[in-house]
Amino acid sequence: MSIGHTFLGLLESSPRHGYDLKRAYDERFGHTRPLHFGQVYSTLSRLLRNGLVAVDSVEPGEGPERKRYAITEAGVTDVQRWLSQPEKPEPYLQSVLYTKVVLALLTDRPAADLLDTQRAEHLRLMRELTRRKTHGDLAEQLICDHALFHLEADLRWLELTAARLDELAKEVRA
Amino acid sequence: MTGEPLLVGDDLHRSFGPTPALAGASISVRAGEVVAVMGPSGSGKSTLLHCLAGIVRPDRGSVRYRGTELATLSDAGRSALRRREFGFVFQFGQLVPELTCLENVALPLRLERVPRREAERRAGEWLARLEVADVAGKRPGEVSGGQGQRVAVARALVTGPRVVFADEPTGALDSLNGERVMRLLAGAARETGAAVLLVTHEPRVAAYSDREVVVRDGRARSLEQVA
Amino acid sequence: MTGADPRRRGGRLRAGWGDLVMGAGMAVTGGRSGWTRTVLTALGVGIGVAMLLLAAAVPGAIDARAARGAARSDQGLPGPELSAAANTLLVAQVDTVFRNRPVRGRILHPEGPDAPLPPGLTAFPRDGEVVVSPALRELLGSPDGALLAPRLGGARVAGTIGPEGLAGPHELTFYLGRDNLTADHAMRLDHFGGGGPADEFGPVLWLLVVVVVVVLLLPIVVFLGAAVRFGGEQRDRRLAALRLLGADAGMVRRIAAAEAGTAALVGLAVGTGFFLAGRQLAPLVSLYDISVFPADLRPVPWLVAVVALAVPLLAAGMALLALRRVVVTPLGVSRQATPARRRLWWRLLLPLAGLALLQPLTDVRAGRTAATDGQVAAGAVLLLVGTVTLLPWLVDLLVRPLRGGPPPWQLAIRRLQLDSSASARLVSGVAVAVAGTIGLQMLVAGVQDEFRRPSGQDPARAQAVVSLYGPPESRRVLARIAAVPGVTRSLGTVSFVAFPASVGAADPDASPVEVRIGDCTALAEYADLGGCADGDVFLAWRDRPVPGLGPGTRIGFGGGAPAWRVPADARTVPVRDDPVGGRGDGLLVTPGALAYRPPDEALATALVGLDPTDSDAVERLRSEVAAVDLTASVLTLDATRESRQFTNVRRGLLIGAVVTLLLIGMSMLVGVLEQLRERRRLLATLVAVGTPRSALGWSVLGQTGVPVLAGLVLAAAIGLAMGAALLRMVGAPVLVSWPVVGLGVGLGAAVVLLVTGASLPVLWRLTRPDGLRAE
Ligand SMILES: Nc1ncnc2c1ncn2[C@@H]1O[C@H](COP(=O)(O)OP(=O)(O)OP(=O)(O)O)[C@@H](O)[C@H]1O
Ligand SMILES: [Mg+2]
Repeated sequence: MSIGHTFLGLLESSPRHGYDLKRAYDERFGHTRPLHFGQVYSTLSRLLRNGLVAVDSVEPGEGPERKRYAITEAGVTDVQRWLSQPEKPEPYLQSVLYTKVVLALLTDRPAADLLDTQRAEHLRLMRELTRRKTHGDLAEQLICDHALFHLEADLRWLELTAARLDELAKEVRA
Repeated sequence: MTGEPLLVGDDLHRSFGPTPALAGASISVRAGEVVAVMGPSGSGKSTLLHCLAGIVRPDRGSVRYRGTELATLSDAGRSALRRREFGFVFQFGQLVPELTCLENVALPLRLERVPRREAERRAGEWLARLEVADVAGKRPGEVSGGQGQRVAVARALVTGPRVVFADEPTGALDSLNGERVMRLLAGAARETGAAVLLVTHEPRVAAYSDREVVVRDGRARSLEQVA
Repeated sequence: MTGADPRRRGGRLRAGWGDLVMGAGMAVTGGRSGWTRTVLTALGVGIGVAMLLLAAAVPGAIDARAARGAARSDQGLPGPELSAAANTLLVAQVDTVFRNRPVRGRILHPEGPDAPLPPGLTAFPRDGEVVVSPALRELLGSPDGALLAPRLGGARVAGTIGPEGLAGPHELTFYLGRDNLTADHAMRLDHFGGGGPADEFGPVLWLLVVVVVVVLLLPIVVFLGAAVRFGGEQRDRRLAALRLLGADAGMVRRIAAAEAGTAALVGLAVGTGFFLAGRQLAPLVSLYDISVFPADLRPVPWLVAVVALAVPLLAAGMALLALRRVVVTPLGVSRQATPARRRLWWRLLLPLAGLALLQPLTDVRAGRTAATDGQVAAGAVLLLVGTVTLLPWLVDLLVRPLRGGPPPWQLAIRRLQLDSSASARLVSGVAVAVAGTIGLQMLVAGVQDEFRRPSGQDPARAQAVVSLYGPPESRRVLARIAAVPGVTRSLGTVSFVAFPASVGAADPDASPVEVRIGDCTALAEYADLGGCADGDVFLAWRDRPVPGLGPGTRIGFGGGAPAWRVPADARTVPVRDDPVGGRGDGLLVTPGALAYRPPDEALATALVGLDPTDSDAVERLRSEVAAVDLTASVLTLDATRESRQFTNVRRGLLIGAVVTLLLIGMSMLVGVLEQLRERRRLLATLVAVGTPRSALGWSVLGQTGVPVLAGLVLAAAIGLAMGAALLRMVGAPVLVSWPVVGLGVGLGAAVVLLVTGASLPVLWRLTRPDGLRAE
């Protein structure tokens, strides 16, 4: 799960202070594990270094929290790439996917496409597993089935999310 | 994937009263491919299937099978097409309750004037391929859902169709049986080179396909085109 | 579901009541399909109920007709001769026939201010006026009117006869006013009405009537039984679902009975509606010259009560019987297993019992009692019900060994093998009707000789006979008759009665002799003349010569005319039956031999040949004759003559059989549609996979065709058995009348073909592939 991409996505919707970024992140994605400030600033400095964000303005006063960050052109491209790239299907993916969906909604990108792309990717893997299964021995079959059931669960989640996108968009943009 | 599409539906519209079931759906199916049609309930999947099979006339748009516009065929012509070129598997209730399973499978052949003995021999072979040879003499009411579904698959394939339409063929089956039916359907279709249009809600069933089409609000989109 | 149902604590009775209410509710709720089923059942039951009510109204209608007939009767009881008075009326009967429809006609001449007015009239028609029935008025207004008008004496239509003066709305009748009517040609009355009672029906006719009633009503009852089972498959499925929810067998039974009973009640209401509506249409219908007023069709109250009670009970009973067969267990209906073989013995029991009842009655002529009537009715009912019980068994027997054939046939056969009773039920009404018709017609054919005698008339020699009393210019009249278009031949003679005068007018032995004057061709119709030339005279004797009559005998013509002497060369010739069947002694005289004009009271007779291709020839003849003399008679000749009652019973039977078959056909159509509806999803699926509709059409035809075939074979057998038993009963020789069998079977087959044809459009509609979604 990439905090950096998440930050970029949040920044794309509007420039923010580091502190705001942490708050926004925790609110939407960090339900169980709020970020440390250290994590926030190290991530931001990495993004700065790579030219994906820039300091938009510095308010009078001391400390890093006085800086306001904005996303750069390169940053937007990076987010775009990340969002359109399906995740490699693997268990417990939903937090990343969820983050991506929310960010897509926040940045007015077509979230449904994102889900469909992911769905295609999942199904592609499922097809592969299915193919392996039909030719494999029982042990192989059982292993494949295990993976298939997990993938299916994810895929169903994707479907469900797709069906509820409108609802989610309302909530996110509220 | 190469070759001309076998079956093309273009900009299909169909409403039932005020309800639009299809609103500009387009799809093409190539020979020999297995296409999974997925999408939420009520999105128009069955209607799309029925339009493509010439069962339901679209209000607008065209369906071409091997270059022939279905709308130009007479009712009898479309019937004959369905009988000769297409095969069907529905969710349930498709077998004639009075006939034995063997007779059910032989029925499409007999409608094509294949002599009974020959038709039943071929039907028997298909039942064996689908691993339900033992229910040949029973009536549909006396066999399990999974067995019945496999009998239905045998019936769909017995005429050597070029396109098999399957509308939730595993809807009422447990996952093992559902997959079994699917494995046999896809396997047999690949062997005979038939294209399969498969409507399903189950990802694991869809995983037997080569390609996925999602129907939402009466429109179809092929996922490969999105990526 | 464990533990006691709390509802049960309220007592079994209340729980049972709850089930009944629930069942009744199901009949009227339960979605579109539930409604459709109830509507179809109600329609089927309604048609049956309407028929039963109609049957219950027949006695009333007959009574009403008879009462009006009696009230206007002018054939008063023979009583003292009346003389002209203020309250007398002269009536002459001038009935005629127009295009095979009888026309009742009367000439009226009131002799005083208090003369009785016939029913339906408000005033006497004046001289030259005529009051007509509405049907006659309409006929006169039609293009045919001109042909008919002369029979009303060319009178002006001055009014219409009210319903109370008519036997039925379509009756053709008129009252003509004529001041010159004299008592010689008329009857003097001082009141209308009275007259003797109608002829008693003989025992054989009674037998016929009893069997007719059974034969006509039983198919309707049978059909009622089938109608209450409409939608049975679905109902069974639903009851099975109820059992899954925990209903016990008793509850299911009560629910089913209540549901069927409710549908039957609705049917009862529908049937009453049909009857009331149909009654208003009654005046539109006229069968065999019989028409009835709506008000005449008043069902006998106790019969109505019987129908109202019996129909719902029958429905509930049938539902329970059907349940027993289907045994609605929780999974009972969802799986269609191969049914058990039907047992034969109890199915045979009923018809055998029927035969056993009919067998001992070998001579109903000896004595008819209420007991024998009952025995005949019960025997006939049991025998005919045998058709219903044996039919499913026979269908089973027929289809069990069958296999395959082309797909439509295979579909039909397999369906019948799995459940023949549904199809058999539909056909059983027709089968019973056909069996009954065959049995009855056999009886009719066997006894008709008894009621149908040769009339002695010879229609080959002449087709009509015209008789006029004392026409002023008989020769001219006869010539007019011969000139009517369509008359191919007319042999006119003038005859009168004279007395031989040789022995003295006072001779008590002198018997009157008939003198007939005509040319040689005409006279040849009355005797074998040998040779004949104008001027010849013949003495025609039946067996022995009339005493005192021979060549040279002087004959007085009366009326002051001089006596005439039979010429010496008069030959004696054997008499011959005239075309009317009469044969009389007499003198046959050619005009050249008689110098005198015949007396005024002479009877002019014309034997008329008519162009067989010109059906109106006889009408023109009648009109021409009426123009000469309204009271003249025109008799058309027929080789046989039938007893009136027998004719009525036979007509009633025909009307009844046709109406029954038509209504059964209609109801059967409802049943077939219902069966199709039940299978619409399957039909749509089959069409979706490319089954040609024609194949489905053939399979539907096969599905009804096989039971129909079985039904007709069975009906023929049972009908023959019944016919034989009935013929034995009246002591007539037992002969199989194949035309009768053919007629019955043909009628039944025709109905079935009609029904199947009528159901095809619906099959076409149901098999539209869109039907895939249905339910
Ligand atoms: N014959 C019909 N009459 C009325 N409405 C219909 C008919 N057929 C389809 N519809 C409507 O069209 C829409 C699409 O139906 P369709 O059966 O194609 O959906 P589906 O995608 O197959 O759904 P499911 O996955 O539940 O089978 C639905 O809203 C349905 O109510
Ligand atoms: Mg569907």
